[in-house]
Amino acid sequence: MERPLTEHIKNDGSVLSLKEYEAAGGYQALRKALKMTPQEVMQMVKDSNLRGRGGAGFPTGMKWSFVPMGDHAPHPKYIVANGDEMEPGTFKDRVLLEGNPHQLIEGMIISAYAIQADISYIFLRWAYHEAAKRVKNAIQEAYGAGYLGKKIAGSDYSVEMHLHTSVGRYMCGEETALLNALEGKRANPRSKPPFPQVSGLFGKPTIVNNVETFSNIAHIIDKGVEWYKALSKSPDGGGTKLYGVSGHVKKPAIWELPLGVSLRELIEEHAGGMMDGYKFRAALPGGASTDFLTEEHLDVAMDFTNTMKAGSRMGTGTVIVLDDKTCPVGMVFNLEKFFAQESCGWCTPCREGLPWTAKILDAIEHGRGMMNQLDILSFETVYMAPGNTFCALAPGAMEPLQSALKYFREDFERHIKEHKCPWD
Amino acid sequence: MAETKVIPDQAIKEITELFHHVPKKSATCIEALKIVQNHNRWVSDDAVKELATLLEMSPDEIDGVATFYNIIFRQPVGRHVIHLCNSVSCYILGYEKIEDHIKNKLKIGFGETTPDKRFTFLPIPCLGTCDHAPAMIIDEDLYRDLTPQKIDDILERYQ
Repeated sequence: MERPLTEHIKNDGSVLSLKEYEAAGGYQALRKALKMTPQEVMQMVKDSNLRGRGGAGFPTGMKWSFVPMGDHAPHPKYIVANGDEMEPGTFKDRVLLEGNPHQLIEGMIISAYAIQADISYIFLRWAYHEAAKRVKNAIQEAYGAGYLGKKIAGSDYSVEMHLHTSVGRYMCGEETALLNALEGKRANPRSKPPFPQVSGLFGKPTIVNNVETFSNIAHIIDKGVEWYKALSKSPDGGGTKLYGVSGHVKKPAIWELPLGVSLRELIEEHAGGMMDGYKFRAALPGGASTDFLTEEHLDVAMDFTNTMKAGSRMGTGTVIVLDDKTCPVGMVFNLEKFFAQESCGWCTPCREGLPWTAKILDAIEHGRGMMNQLDILSFETVYMAPGNTFCALAPGAMEPLQSALKYFREDFERHIKEHKCPWD
Repeated sequence: MAETKVIPDQAIKEITELFHHVPKKSATCIEALKIVQNHNRWVSDDAVKELATLLEMSPDEIDGVATFYNIIFRQPVGRHVIHLCNSVSCYILGYEKIEDHIKNKLKIGFGETTPDKRFTFLPIPCLGTCDHAPAMIIDEDLYRDLTPQKIDDILERYQ
């Protein structure tokens, strides 16, 4: 089984240097792309069926196709790697950033060429200090080797790259909020349309893609569309996917696997099953803002369509496992406290609704709850449903809550009837 | 500009160097706040005012940005800042035991600083190292797979 994204990442945790990356074939795809037209590069990415790895799964090539091209297109155009990775339970981009930053940089340069961008940014979350050092160094190496700057790799194309390390706020992961942060502002989301492809950073055409998404690009150009599509087990999209599992499992980690492996394979095979003394109860399949899946969903393929059919989303593909010794109400309280804290405060349903939700869950978890509060919680999930809020933060926050009310109703009721948390 | 300058010349120089990257000075606001904090350890009201003049923004605009982000400190902090992850995977793996242990040992809760100014103790959202939960960052150093026993050794390294 091929693992293009991680095969050159070293086991000792050290970074792949420019020399080592080049020895493994690195930057050949860039040379190849620079001999193609930008349209040909974009077409290959479209044909590859690569879908965004940040959580929404939007087709990458289609996203790019909305950027104005040609002599009359506004410049400078921007391309931005979203390395905010603040979705709780998600730790996949860290692996790529720390292990093989040149793979990301090469993917970004090729992508920049496809949309004829002039300036690129890597937006990195605050907590990734080690990744920041390695990415900064890799950018310098790439400049030194002529892959960045004026007339790169002997071509007529020029592109600059900067690293921005964030100062911590979940909201920055939303692409329009991220652009506000890059402009030095509060990371409030912007209204869409206009979409960033037309009016993004400083009002210029901008593409924002996830770190893992960009890390695929060089491989598509290098080995071709048919090879790339065949990596996937799913008709849903091409390529491999970085999956992960955390919680009380024997071997929590990240693995690169064909897109579309089952939840059961992830938990039982790769994560080694549950730790001794713990039983599987449910899982959030793709980070904090996805609906719980339960035992009956273990054979669901972890791709975009099948997780949706099962009532959830693939999200970031990093699974958080709930076991029988952890209180599901406490877990949901923990999640909603996080969302309430990280709400940017821009729109009323989110700013007011999330603290209200967290307050009710606090009461229930600590034995002060009342039965009618379960109806209020159900109401909240409608009140903050998609379409009622400015961005996807609050609807995302409602996903674990609405599924918890469905699957763990008895647990909520026990807390209220017994006036305490049964797990205490 | 305020008479007593709180932003050191070196920081002003570092901020000014960023201006040529961006279409307007205000776009460097977050970087500028980071630079001030690197030099002064926190961002005081006077620093906000001086930064406003430098970046051609109002002090309120600067404060709006400074208070939005988790890692910009608008109050003085101790010599070392402990950021303990309190998000979901660390919850499942028992970060609350670590929190209690640190509270008992340092006699401070989240948001507080020890009287000798050695530590400030803060919660932080997910550190992206969930396969090694519970986790924390002290200053810029990441610690994973925490147990109460490990905490004692780790804290000793920070004086």
